[in-house]
Amino acid sequence: MSDRVAFQHRHLLGTEGLERNEITSILDAAESFFDVSRRSIRKVPTLRGKTIINLFYEPSTRTRTSFELAGKRLSADVINISVSTSSAVKGETLLDTVKNLEAMCPDVLVIRHQASGAPHYVAARTKASVINAGDGTHEHPTQALLDAFTIRRAKGKIEGLVVAICGDVLHSRVARSNAHLLRKMGATVRFAGPRTLMPPAAESLGAEIHDRLEPALEGADVVMMLRVQRERLAGTFLPSTREYSRKFGLNAARLGLAAPDAIVMHPGPMNRGVEIDPAIADGARSVILDQVEAGVAVRMAILWMLGTDARGAPNTAA
Amino acid sequence: MSEVLLDPVAIGRGLRRVAGEIAERGGVRDLALVGIRRGGEPIAERLAVLLHELEGETPLTGSIDITLYRDDAATALPNPRIGPSRIPFDVRGKRVVLVDDVLFTGRTIRAALDALLDYGRPRCIELCVLVDRGGRELPIQPDYAVRRVDVPEGRRIEVEQRDGEIWATLEMTNSITQDASR
Repeated sequence: MSDRVAFQHRHLLGTEGLERNEITSILDAAESFFDVSRRSIRKVPTLRGKTIINLFYEPSTRTRTSFELAGKRLSADVINISVSTSSAVKGETLLDTVKNLEAMCPDVLVIRHQASGAPHYVAARTKASVINAGDGTHEHPTQALLDAFTIRRAKGKIEGLVVAICGDVLHSRVARSNAHLLRKMGATVRFAGPRTLMPPAAESLGAEIHDRLEPALEGADVVMMLRVQRERLAGTFLPSTREYSRKFGLNAARLGLAAPDAIVMHPGPMNRGVEIDPAIADGARSVILDQVEAGVAVRMAILWMLGTDARGAPNTAA
Repeated sequence: MSEVLLDPVAIGRGLRRVAGEIAERGGVRDLALVGIRRGGEPIAERLAVLLHELEGETPLTGSIDITLYRDDAATALPNPRIGPSRIPFDVRGKRVVLVDDVLFTGRTIRAALDALLDYGRPRCIELCVLVDRGGRELPIQPDYAVRRVDVPEGRRIEVEQRDGEIWATLEMTNSITQDASR
């Protein structure tokens, strides 16, 4: 066994292309950080003197707070910049913003942006390590990693499990990142949702495609519900949220089709009563709050891995 | 080529003496032996058994990983592997004996002290090592040592388990100073 973990990337831009041993090394490291978060002193000195900038062009509470807490528990200095208060509203371009931040010598840039590929664009133009905290409808790698961590803790493994990812797959970076990662770890992925919300090349993600919920839930070990993204749906994709809920909402009867010990996940924020029945969201099978707790541990592991790299190393591919 | 510093018989004898010293200084009540991962763990376990034989009472045991507390954590080692710390008791008010295999620069012990104090405030912390090889870079000294030996920098001491027995050997060839963090 090597003393070094397998993950040697400079940036974390997506789960696509991550190798199995890299994923495993992140999840293993996260176990130790999970313990740190449960002690009375929830802090280690590892990233003392390092600077992390959270640059959020889209609203986010959970992810931004999770990254902030993760950075602070590693003793890094964390600065949050959100679009509503930033110069972007005054017309500054992403590149100019990044160049200005660069002058402040951050070690890690955590970026959420509405444009798919924005973190890749930034990664090619900065000396800092870049973490994609969600880019458009493309990827949300830390969400997929925290989901994997939650699944592994609940089920003891990922390999061989059947994971049903249900809802608005078309707009979901969570679905995409999860599909790449879960397939790499040896799970079977099923997508279920209305045809209008299924990406045209969904099969290329290696998932089974269902246009009804029931067959996808049949015997599933993990049921992952996706948020109905009202802000990305301008009335063209769905007749009404009521009809959506009737056909694609997770309720007790439908959950009964899944394996008896199936767990229920949701990346949040939830539309209670739309994609998920509140009784299920708060029920015994739900691991939704475990996902939130896992988020801090997994992000600590990633910040640790990227933040401890020697600065000024050649900008190798992510 | 290597020279045996301590064979299993010498280690057994030495640890029995050290266990006696630990008991003499404060008994077993509220005593916790914390091995520094990974070399200190098996030694702490042996000491716990020996203390039970001597005093009829088993001390608490645990282990601590210092990866996140190293003074070179953010620069020298990209992505070392972290192991789990196991402190299954409340350290507050306890007399903690930190246990490690080889004491060299003292930097590992500095890190272990910080790591341990993040679990709470023990009554006191003492240090027990199998081999004290000199070469300290910090003002840290052991309270208990099975053997003290001056080893020039660049030479390496290997403590390993073979068939359940612990051996301490001094490598004869100069190798990379992987002990430099100790």
